[in-house]
Amino acid sequence: MSPFLFWIFALLTVIFGAAVVVNRNPVASALSLVVSFLGLAALFMSLNAYFIGIIQVLVYAGAVMVLFLFIVMLLDLRAEERRQINWVASAGGLAVALILLGQIFSVIRHFGPARQPFPSLPGSTIDDVQKIGATLFRNYNLPFQIVGVLVLVATIGVVLLSKRETR
Amino acid sequence: MITLGDYLLVSAMLFAIGFAGVMVRRNLIIMLMALELMLNAANLSLVAFSRFRVDSSGLPNYNVQVFVFFIITVAAAEVAVGLAILVALYRTRQTTDIKDISSLKF
Repeated sequence: MSPFLFWIFALLTVIFGAAVVVNRNPVASALSLVVSFLGLAALFMSLNAYFIGIIQVLVYAGAVMVLFLFIVMLLDLRAEERRQINWVASAGGLAVALILLGQIFSVIRHFGPARQPFPSLPGSTIDDVQKIGATLFRNYNLPFQIVGVLVLVATIGVVLLSKRETR
Repeated sequence: MITLGDYLLVSAMLFAIGFAGVMVRRNLIIMLMALELMLNAANLSLVAFSRFRVDSSGLPNYNVQVFVFFIITVAAAEVAVGLAILVALYRTRQTTDIKDISSLKF
């Protein structure tokens, strides 16, 4: 991928990610999150991880965001926009995040391999769905089944939690 | 030339934005969205390392991509449960602001 495209998608991801936090309207936040996830999917594809990129679009930009938007519209969160911002607490939280960012930056700067370019791949096309599937079912079969049980438990839990109690 | 460090930089910025969101915002839905941003930042750096550390046949490390697949699955389940708790909470308290939900505060 050309550096130009990389920086465009990186900027898209970061700017709309910031818009999620800055926007006071939850619907605008959710829509910014969709754009941020789409930019992230493009970054995954630039790393030749096509399967992960497509999963990102399907699961996050599709399913999870529909869930978020559905809940935001269901609850009709208009009251929050009228709330007063506590500037001192916001500045404190922002300062902690900036300190964290500075520390990660200094770690990356002193990390030797971070300056090396990516090694080239053997062919122009790689069959990564087949490779991931083989790895998943050969080496990680038990974790895969455990994740299946986890999703089942989450489904049952969601149904139980959102069921109206009848007395 | 795009290096590994550039991807790690973007990932770090995304993580810091998500972290700031959890620290600053008081709305539970926005906090869940910021949590998703942090999970995705971790995924981005994992995939970048998977592409960087090629194996003997020159292919990316697919163990890492399987791990990312698991993270995405667990994050989706987490969002579903989190939003269900939110709806149950809204039903009893009529609020999603964490300032109003402090019954468990010591």
